[in-house]
Amino acid sequence: MATELLMPALSPTMEEGTLAKWLVKEGDEVKSGDIIAEIETDKATMEFEAVDEGIVGKLLVAEGTEGVKVNTPIAIIGEEGEDMSAAPAPAAAEAPAATDQVAAPAVSTAAAVEYAPSDTSPDWPAGTEMKSMTVREALNEAMTEEMERDENVFLMGEEVAEYQGAYKISQGMLDKFGSKRVIDTPITEHGFTGIAVGAAFGGLRPIVEFMTFNFAMQAIDHIINSAAKTLYMSGGQMGAPMVFRGANGAAARVGAQHSQCYAAWYAQVPGLKVVMPYSAADAKGLMKTAIRDNNPVIFLENEILYGRSFEVPVIEDFTIPFGKARVEVEGSDVTLVSFGIGMQYAFEAAEKLAEEGISAEVINLRTLRPIDYATVIESVKKTNRCVTIEEGWPVGAIGNHLSATIMQQAFDYLDAPVINCTGKDVPMPYAANLEKHALITTQEVIDAVKQVTYR
Amino acid sequence: MAAKKSAKKPNVSAEELLGYYREMLLIRRFEEKAGQLYGMGLIGGFCHLYIGQEAVVVGLEAATKEGDKRITSYRDHGHMLACGMDPKGVMAELTGREGGYSAGKGGSMHMFSAEKHFYGGHGIVGAQVPLGAGLAFSDKYKGNDNVTFAYFGDGAANQGQIYETFNMAALWDLPVIFVIENNQYAMGTSQERSTSTPDLYTRGEAFGIKGELVDGMNVLAVKEASEKAVAHCRAGKGPYVLEVKTYRYRGHSMSDPAKYRTRDEVQKMREERDPIEQVRAMLLTGKHASEDDLKAIDKDIKAVVNESAEFAKESPEPALSELWTDIYADDTLPQEAS
Repeated sequence: MATELLMPALSPTMEEGTLAKWLVKEGDEVKSGDIIAEIETDKATMEFEAVDEGIVGKLLVAEGTEGVKVNTPIAIIGEEGEDMSAAPAPAAAEAPAATDQVAAPAVSTAAAVEYAPSDTSPDWPAGTEMKSMTVREALNEAMTEEMERDENVFLMGEEVAEYQGAYKISQGMLDKFGSKRVIDTPITEHGFTGIAVGAAFGGLRPIVEFMTFNFAMQAIDHIINSAAKTLYMSGGQMGAPMVFRGANGAAARVGAQHSQCYAAWYAQVPGLKVVMPYSAADAKGLMKTAIRDNNPVIFLENEILYGRSFEVPVIEDFTIPFGKARVEVEGSDVTLVSFGIGMQYAFEAAEKLAEEGISAEVINLRTLRPIDYATVIESVKKTNRCVTIEEGWPVGAIGNHLSATIMQQAFDYLDAPVINCTGKDVPMPYAANLEKHALITTQEVIDAVKQVTYR
Repeated sequence: MAAKKSAKKPNVSAEELLGYYREMLLIRRFEEKAGQLYGMGLIGGFCHLYIGQEAVVVGLEAATKEGDKRITSYRDHGHMLACGMDPKGVMAELTGREGGYSAGKGGSMHMFSAEKHFYGGHGIVGAQVPLGAGLAFSDKYKGNDNVTFAYFGDGAANQGQIYETFNMAALWDLPVIFVIENNQYAMGTSQERSTSTPDLYTRGEAFGIKGELVDGMNVLAVKEASEKAVAHCRAGKGPYVLEVKTYRYRGHSMSDPAKYRTRDEVQKMREERDPIEQVRAMLLTGKHASEDDLKAIDKDIKAVVNESAEFAKESPEPALSELWTDIYADDTLPQEAS
C-alpha cells in the first residue's frame, strides 16, 4: 500500500523547513535507516531517514524548495509493482488534538481566591501544663517521638549519630535507635540527599539533616528536581514524603558563605512545604507535622534560636498544622508579620512602640508554604498598616509576596504602603559592626512603623 | 557472538531466544514509530530514541524478579517496555495525553510506573544514580533481597554525584547495580574527548566495587553479566558496576544532526553488530524458528506498536483541572497502599 512521506518536524520549534536535497530518485528501493533527503530546519541540516522499506514512487516536492510546512506530503513510498503515479488523496495532516478549552483555571491567583477564614483556635487548650524547653530539645523530642511512632522514619546527615549532632539536635538518638536509623553520612550533600530522596520513593520517610542549609545548595537539584516535582511528573504515582532540616540564616560572625536565609528560595517551589519555626513549641509541633506529611518539607531552623528556652505544652502527641499563623500579640495600629528569628525584632519593636503608645499586632507565620494569608489579611483590615520583617535579602523576599497579596486583597483598607524590612542587599560581612547592620535592627522596624503610621 | 566458531554454544532455549527477539523488536519498532509521530508534530519537546541499544535493557531485565527496581535518565522508552510497562501508556505519555503513564504531565523524559517499579525517567543527567542507590537503601532497610538497576550513560559517568554515590553504596553495601550504558557519545561529545580514562567499568575500583565490561550488542552476554551482578547484590555483597558497551543509531535527540560521527561508523555498526539481527541469525541457524515464524512475530509487534500509536493519538488531552492535581499528596501516597 502506498504511503505518503510527510515533511517531518525535526526540532521542538520547527514549523517549516527547506527540502535541501533528495538522496533518492523515483524507483529507488529504500530500507529502514537509509537517508532519503537532507532537510534544513531552524537549527541545522538534518538527514531524513526512511522508517519502512519500499520503493520510492513519486517525489512530490522538488529539492531546493523552501518553506515546506511540517506534515506536507513530500514523497510517496510503496511496494514493488504498485502503481504510484497517482498520489493517494492527501490525508489531512494529523495535528495534535485541538483544544478549544480556554485558559486554565487560575486556582492560585491570589486575586481570584477567597481565603477560608483564619483558624484562630489556640495551639493548646487553656490550662494545659507547660514546661520550659529549648528549641534544641523540642526538635530532639519531636524526632524521637515520631521515630518511635513509625519505623520507616530515619535520620541521616553529617555527624548526626556518633558525634551526637553538630548542634546536638540528635543527642542520644543513636543510642536509642541504633545505627540503622540514625546514620552518619560522608560530607557529600549532593549524593546523600539523592539517596534519601530515592529512599523516600522506595517507601521510607527520611529526615535529612543539613549541618546548615548553606550546604544544601550542593543538593538543591535533588530537593527541587527530584523531591518536589516527582509526584506531579508521575501523575500522582510516587513522591517524596520526607523532611530536609537544619540551621538556616545567619548565625554569628561566620561570614558570607555560612550566613544566608533560604526562606524565599524554597517558598517559591510548588511541591515543597516550607516551615520556619520561632519558638520551641512551634519547633516541636511543626516538626511532628512535617515528619507525618506525605510531601517533601523544608524545615528551616536557626542556630541562635537552638539554645533559647520557651514554654512547651505537656501534651501527648502535640502537633501544629501547617498554614496556621499565630497571632502572638494583639494590637490595633499596625500589623507586624514575621517568621523564624525575625520574630525577635518584631517582639522588641512592639514592646518599644507600646511605650510610645503605638499598638502593634504581631503575627508569626510559622509556615511559608502554605502561607496563612487569611490571618494576615484580616489583621491588616483591622490595623490598616503593615510592616514585614525577615533576615533574608530584599529582592524577591517573602515580604514582597505578602505586600502584593495585601495590595490585591486589602487595597482599600491600606492607609500606607506596606514596608518590607529585610536583611541588606549584600553578602554577609565578617566584621561584627558590619554584620549587625547587614541584618535587620529593631530600630529599623520601629522606623518603618513610624513611617506607616505617619508619626 | 553466535557466529563465532568454537565459542561455547550458548546455553539458551528457543523460547528464551524468541522472547528476547520479540522484546528487542518491540523496542525498535516502538521507537521508530515514536520518531514518526515526532516528525508529525504529535510528540513535542525532546525525544531521545533507544534504537541500537535494545540488548542492554532486555538482557539486564532477564535476571530480575518481582520487586526489583529500575531507574534511568531521559533515554527511557526502552527501559519501560523491557520492564513490562504497557506500550499504549508509554506512547500516550509521549503525545501528552490523558492515557499516558503520567496523565500527560511528565512526557518522554519523566515517566514512572509504581506497579512495575520503574522510578523514572529523569531529566537531569546523573541525578538518577543516587536516587537509585536510595531505592536500594530502602530495600536493605526493609530487609528484603530485591535489587535496583541504576542506569546511566558514559556522559553521566563523569558527574561528581556518581562518585559520592559509589562511596556510600560501597560503604553501606547497598544492593544496587550501576549500569553504565556506554553508547560512546555524550550528546555530541565522543567518549575520548570527554573522558580521561576509557575503561568506565574500573571506575568503581577506588571504592572497592567490582566492575565488568559487557558486550551490549549481544543480549546473551548482557543477560549473563546481569545474572552475575544480581546474584552478588542479592547475596548482600554490596553494589556492582557493569559497563555495557552499546551504540545508538539515531541522533542524541530528534533534533540532532549527528555531525560528530560518520555515516559509515553508524552503518558499520548496524550491519555487523545489530543486536536484533544477531538473535535473528541465532534463531535461524539454530533452527529454532523459520523465516515465517519470525515474520509472524514482526507482524504481531507491528500490530502492538500501531495499536499504541492509535491509542496515543485518540486519547484526549488531559483535562485542564489536571494542571492543579498531584502537586501535593494530601492524603496517602499510592506507594503506601502497596
